[in-house]
Amino acid sequence: MYPSRFGYESPRALDEAIELLTRGQGEAKILAGGQSLIPMLKLRFASPEMLVDINNLPGLSHLTVDPDGSLRVGALCRHSQLERAAALAGPFPTIAAAAPLVADPIVRNRGTLVGSICHADPQGDWAAVAIALGASVVAQGPSGRRRIPVADFVSGPFQNVLAYDEVAVEVVFPAAAGTAAGGYLKLERRVGDFATAGVAVGLERSGSVVTRAGMALTGVGGATIDASGAAQALVGGELTADRIARAAEGAAAAAKPRSDHRGSAAYKRHIVHTFVTRILTRVADDVERAA
Amino acid sequence: MTALDEIKIGGLGASRRRVEDNRFIRGKGNYVDDIVLPGMLHMEILRSPVAHARIVSIDTSKAWAIPGVRLVLTGEMMAKRNLAWMPTLSYDTQAVLATDKVRFQGQEVACVIADDPYIAKDACEAIVVEYETLPVVVNPEQALATDAPLIRDDKENQQDNVVFDWEVGDAAGTDRAFAQADLVSKIELHYPRSHPSPIECCGSIADFDRSTSKLTVYMTTQAPHIIRAAVSLVAELPEHMIRIVSPDIGGGFGNKVPVYPGYVMSILASILLERPVKWIEDKTGNLISTGFGRDVYLRGEMALRKDGKILGVRMHTLSDHGAFFADAQPSKFKIGLMHSAFAAYDIPAAHLLARGVYTNKAPGGVAYRCSFRVTEAMFFQERMVQAAADDLGMDQAEFRRVNFVRDDDFPHRTAFGFLTDSGQYGKCLDVGLEAIGYADFQERKKEAAARGRLLGIGISTMTEPLGAGNSREYDILGIKMFDSAELRVHMTGKALLRTGAKTQGQGHETTWAQIVAHELGLPAEDVVVEEGDTDTAPFGMGTYASRSTPVAGAAVAMVARKIRAKARKLAAHLLEVSEEDVEWELGRFYVRSAPNRGVTIQECAAAAYSNMPDGMEPGLENVAYYDPPNLTWPFACYIATVEVDPQTGVWDVLNFVAVDDCGVRINPMIVEGQIMGGLTEAYAMASMQFITYDAEGNCVGSNYMDYLLPTAWETPGFELHEVVTPCPHHPIGAKGIGECATVGGPAAFVNAVMDALKGFGVRNIDMPMLPDRVHEAITTGRDVSGHPPVRQDD
Repeated sequence: MYPSRFGYESPRALDEAIELLTRGQGEAKILAGGQSLIPMLKLRFASPEMLVDINNLPGLSHLTVDPDGSLRVGALCRHSQLERAAALAGPFPTIAAAAPLVADPIVRNRGTLVGSICHADPQGDWAAVAIALGASVVAQGPSGRRRIPVADFVSGPFQNVLAYDEVAVEVVFPAAAGTAAGGYLKLERRVGDFATAGVAVGLERSGSVVTRAGMALTGVGGATIDASGAAQALVGGELTADRIARAAEGAAAAAKPRSDHRGSAAYKRHIVHTFVTRILTRVADDVERAA
Repeated sequence: MTALDEIKIGGLGASRRRVEDNRFIRGKGNYVDDIVLPGMLHMEILRSPVAHARIVSIDTSKAWAIPGVRLVLTGEMMAKRNLAWMPTLSYDTQAVLATDKVRFQGQEVACVIADDPYIAKDACEAIVVEYETLPVVVNPEQALATDAPLIRDDKENQQDNVVFDWEVGDAAGTDRAFAQADLVSKIELHYPRSHPSPIECCGSIADFDRSTSKLTVYMTTQAPHIIRAAVSLVAELPEHMIRIVSPDIGGGFGNKVPVYPGYVMSILASILLERPVKWIEDKTGNLISTGFGRDVYLRGEMALRKDGKILGVRMHTLSDHGAFFADAQPSKFKIGLMHSAFAAYDIPAAHLLARGVYTNKAPGGVAYRCSFRVTEAMFFQERMVQAAADDLGMDQAEFRRVNFVRDDDFPHRTAFGFLTDSGQYGKCLDVGLEAIGYADFQERKKEAAARGRLLGIGISTMTEPLGAGNSREYDILGIKMFDSAELRVHMTGKALLRTGAKTQGQGHETTWAQIVAHELGLPAEDVVVEEGDTDTAPFGMGTYASRSTPVAGAAVAMVARKIRAKARKLAAHLLEVSEEDVEWELGRFYVRSAPNRGVTIQECAAAAYSNMPDGMEPGLENVAYYDPPNLTWPFACYIATVEVDPQTGVWDVLNFVAVDDCGVRINPMIVEGQIMGGLTEAYAMASMQFITYDAEGNCVGSNYMDYLLPTAWETPGFELHEVVTPCPHHPIGAKGIGECATVGGPAAFVNAVMDALKGFGVRNIDMPMLPDRVHEAITTGRDVSGHPPVRQDD
């Protein structure tokens, strides 16, 4: 496996990185964890003229909860940091559920959440989690910073809305109003395989009443699917069997899977339905136990 | 004087730590890619992106123009030197570089030799090939269709896509058995195509020295001497001018037995350029072009009596060999040892009808961690056995017990003509049933069902023929399948052992020394083992088909005995008694009438160089060529319990029990490691590991994202048990073990899942039992075939 010839730069400051990207005119590619980019280079699926390695940039490894309760994940924060952050389980249960399911332990030690969202692989886990939780990407370019909701950030398979001279410096997950609940389930044929199907659910509740619901689907469409519309069935009441069934049916209908060697479209839809039901039933059980 | 403790000196039965691991864990292994020769160039191969196409033109001009490119080879240039085609190990021909057309995706079309591999890869991409695509054949049904495109139009007299029709057994007797049957049980199965996928891919460094006319090839081969013979044939160089060196190998599993085009190209390039040429295959190249395993369909029928007795068996196999018939197997048997099926069962009559076809897929049919199609044979057998027990409404363990060959019935001639010689099948089954808790399982299953959970239990029992072979029946390219060992004991009693086998992880450097320790009483650590260099190793057929211990291991014992015979003469001389008065105990000769008067084997070794009797040839070394009288027949009983999630089709292994009887165990730790590894591969086959092709002939499984190998995360735990029935003809009573678990394991998993799904009216799910397939079976109540159904005329 020998990649095509490429240039390599390892800037020490964010401005320098942005300057390199600007000079690259779209032919430069950011290297963070490299867990998708390096295989693509070796398979010659990607042949950028230059790699801008951001691993030496200071101040991007953070995993921080702000005073207002929102979570900021820096561009160099590895999946394994999220996996080990036990404190996330309470305020961000969807993240805590997804972190150990991302790829395999080796990839998790190196790969990054921000990189995964930028890569925009429809089979990537984090985009679904971020959409379900209403998270945003913070991008910095020559003219400053902007915030882009992840639901708008992913524009298609392996496509995002970043300009070529912008760096995604962090992803911000807003704090839940009330109690956070939710989960992430994924079917994969083997640890590290692309998802056959995955479901991310992010809820906020006040007592037993759901006040906000987000949902997104992994691996069942050309891009990560925002199924928050289907999740609206849950808002404004308790997690009854009827509401759960309507959300599951809505999610299955929102999925746009294709039949392939991971299963038929009908099977993948069925898995989405099953997983939505399982996540919500578990949340309902937890609520009941807590009451 | 107390006798030596055999375990302490690392003899038979010692779980001695693997000596080779010392260098591996220090990063000091020496693989082909670690070897760097002065002036070495690098080769990369351009492969066909399409499965079946006529080559209209190849334009290499842009590749030649890239600085650092030394040579670009195409089929046309190979043809001028009569090297465009080479013989396969199954008497077919295979294209080295395509001339007329490409016949599978990934076939070698051109190659570039350059100063570094990056340049070579760039130059490959600069080669322009124009293809005129042809209709593609991806399964036997298409291959046998009346309007099928002729894949091998290069062969004279080849009118269709049939590779062979072959049969074995007693057709008339089997027909009579079926006429008497109370019940006929039928099942159709597919053992999917898989790839052995060693972590280290194939590679070679060819180094032709014009000044000596000698060709040295460092390469990843499991069988260096066979390769030397093949290179001699293909390259028309005399054998003594060819040296094949197989250094450390990062796994073989049968994938590194055949001769591959890359080897031949690197050799020709080195001869033309007079510089060493290194070729290191990448993972995709390895997965899409080198020897695959399996890809066989079965239609099986069993004639049964009401009381459970099997009266006869019919097997019709249809095997997909890809574009070239390149199976690595003994010449006499077209579908390997498929007819070893049912060897554990006392069956009056059996008949096997086998047909092989060409398709537009990679060639191979190698013995992937098995003894030539024995994996398919035993899988088919144990699936047929479960189906038959179900059809009879009989307990699956009881059905096996009724039909097993009994302990007092050896030697036993199987219905297909093999001679089995030893075993305690019933005992192995009992140990397994006890360990898994068989007696209580049905109760557990019922309780679980009441809570909506699906449990199942599956058994697989088998004896398989390992250690080809005897020279009467087994040869490859006409060379008989014996093996060899050469032992040189130095004057200090330290020793050097060389064999014709070639370790690839089996631990020969550890275990061969243990056999010497057992035979001579030399501490195992005093014996260095070398293999893999044809200039120094005695001629042998290499390591595959679990033949190392049965054949080369036997040769080690035999050469040690030759050494001991000479040492006895030296001892008699030193002790000043006649040879008849000398007795042997481990490591020492003594005078029968005065046991305290003795000499150690080390003292005898010193005498061989310093104090030999008049007229005796000095030195203490010998060689043994061993032609085994029979194959060895280990037995295994594997039992799995599983739980199936009916909503998703996901299944998990609850418990797995393995009872292996491989005769005497040389190094129990290594044996257990072999069983663990084999069971992991068995689980892989059952759950996820296969190579498939789309309708255009694109290989789905060309890298590790698509070709799934289980990791430590998925692989269940295995509980191991043993029964020991020594092999009656092997010098130390050992039988093969490296492949039992891969061979016998898959059926245990499938039988367990099918047992769990009994209530759904499902009889079969083809491997791998991926969740979507299991779910489909549950929801439809129908069998799930991995491929379109394939019909075959009787």
